[in-house]
Amino acid sequence: MNVVLENLGPILEAFWSTVLLSVASAIGALVLGTLLAGMRVSPVPVLRASGTLYVNTMRNTPLTLVLLFCGLGLGNTLGLKFSETVTVNSYWLAVVGLSAYTASFVCESLRAGINTVPMGQAEAARSVGLTFGQTMTTIILPQAFRSVVGPLGSVLIALIKNTTIASLIGVAEAAASMRTLIEFNGNAVIPIFIGFALGFMVLTLPTGFLFGWLSKRLAVAR
Amino acid sequence: MTATPLVVLENVNKHFGELHVLQDINLSVHRGEVVVLIGPSGSGKSTLCRTINRLETIDTGTITIDGQPLPAEGRGLARLRSDVGMVFQSFNLFAHKTVLQNVTLGPLKVRKTPKEQAEKRALELLDRVGIANQAHKYPAQLSGGQQQRVAIARALAMDPKVIMFDEPTSALDPEMVQEVLDVMVNLAKDGMTMVVVTHEMGFARRAANRVVFMANGQIVEENTPDEFFGSPRTDRAKDFLSKILTH
Repeated sequence: MNVVLENLGPILEAFWSTVLLSVASAIGALVLGTLLAGMRVSPVPVLRASGTLYVNTMRNTPLTLVLLFCGLGLGNTLGLKFSETVTVNSYWLAVVGLSAYTASFVCESLRAGINTVPMGQAEAARSVGLTFGQTMTTIILPQAFRSVVGPLGSVLIALIKNTTIASLIGVAEAAASMRTLIEFNGNAVIPIFIGFALGFMVLTLPTGFLFGWLSKRLAVAR
Repeated sequence: MTATPLVVLENVNKHFGELHVLQDINLSVHRGEVVVLIGPSGSGKSTLCRTINRLETIDTGTITIDGQPLPAEGRGLARLRSDVGMVFQSFNLFAHKTVLQNVTLGPLKVRKTPKEQAEKRALELLDRVGIANQAHKYPAQLSGGQQQRVAIARALAMDPKVIMFDEPTSALDPEMVQEVLDVMVNLAKDGMTMVVVTHEMGFARRAANRVVFMANGQIVEENTPDEFFGSPRTDRAKDFLSKILTH
C-alpha cells in the first residue's frame, strides 16, 4: 500500500480531474438528455424521429468509439479546438463525448419517468391553456424527474466510471494516473488496483446514497 | 335575447375505430346557461364534453366558441382552451404543486397576471369553494371532495367563458358529493355558463336550464329538467329514467 500512499498527491490530483470530467459531463448529459426526451415525446414527427435516431445510435455505439471519434475525428481531423493548451482541449473533447453518450441514457430514463405521469396531468395543463412547451417544463418534466431520480443516480455512477476511458484521448484522469503508477511500480500492481478501486468507490458510493435519499424525498405523492 | 350562442356544435361526428361515438351532434349553449348531459355509459357524453376544448379531436363538423372556430393546434388552441374551463372526474390536480400553486399556475403562465394579484384572487376563489385554509397543502393531503373543489377554483381562476364538468362527482365518496354539488349550484346561480356531464339527477333538476339526453352517440332528447323528468318524450329516455329513478 506504500506505493499508493507515497504517490497520494498525484493520485488525488488525477481523481480531481475525474471529478471535473464527471461534473461537466453530467451537466451536459442532463441538458441534452432532457432536450432529447422532450423531442421523443413531442407531437412533431420529425423531432420524434431525430430523437429516436440519436438515442439508438449513441446508446448502441461503444463509448470507446465515441471518445476516439471525439479525440481523433473532431479534434484532429476536423480541427475542433476548445483551447490552445493540449490538456484543456482534450478535457473538453472528452466532455463532449461523455455528454453525448450519457445523454441517450438520461433521455431513456426520463422517458420512462414521463410515462409514470398520469395522462390527466397533461390534459389538465392543456385545459388551463398551457402550450406544449409549458406543459412539458412546468408539469410533466418536474414530475418525471422526481420519479426517476434513482435511475438517474445509476446513470451518473456509470458516467463516473466511464470517465476512465477519457485517458484514451489524453485526459490525465484517475485511470491514466493508475497506468503510469503501474509502469513505474510493476511489483505493486495489486495494491495500486485496490487503491484506485477504493478511490472510485469513494466517489460513487455517496453518489448512490445521495440519489437514493433524494428519490425518497422528492417522490410525488398521488 | 337573440345573441349568438357561446358554444355551437354543428354536425359533429367522431369515430373511435369502428365505433361511431358522436353522430351528427348539433348543440348550442347560450351565455349563462347550464346544460346537463345525461345518458347511459358509453353514450358519448364525456367524449362530447372533451371535444369542446379539443382534448378529443373530431372527424367532421364544426365547433365554435364565442363565434370563433376551434383552432386545430398551437398557440391559438392554447388561448382558446384558457377560456374553456375543465373539471375532470379524477380531479387531475398538479400533484407536485400546492393547492395555491395549482390555482395560480394558469393566471401566472397564460394570463401573465402579476404574482401578488394572482395569489390574492386564488385565495378569494379558494375561500369561495370553502378551502382557503388548505392553500399550502399538496393535493394528496386533501380528500376527494376538497380536491375537486380546488379543481373548480383552478378553472375559475382563468375567468373562463364556460366550464365543462366531466362527471365531477363520479369518483367521490357519497358523503363528499354534496359539497361539490353545492359549489356547482352556487356557480350556476351566479350565472356561469356550464356544461355538466353527470349522473346526479338531483343536480340536473335543481340547477339545469336544459337537459340533453344522449344514447349511442346521438342526442335523443333535449328539454327543460321539469319536462324531461316529468314527461320524457322518447322511449329510450323513459327506459333510462325508469332504471335510475326507481331507487
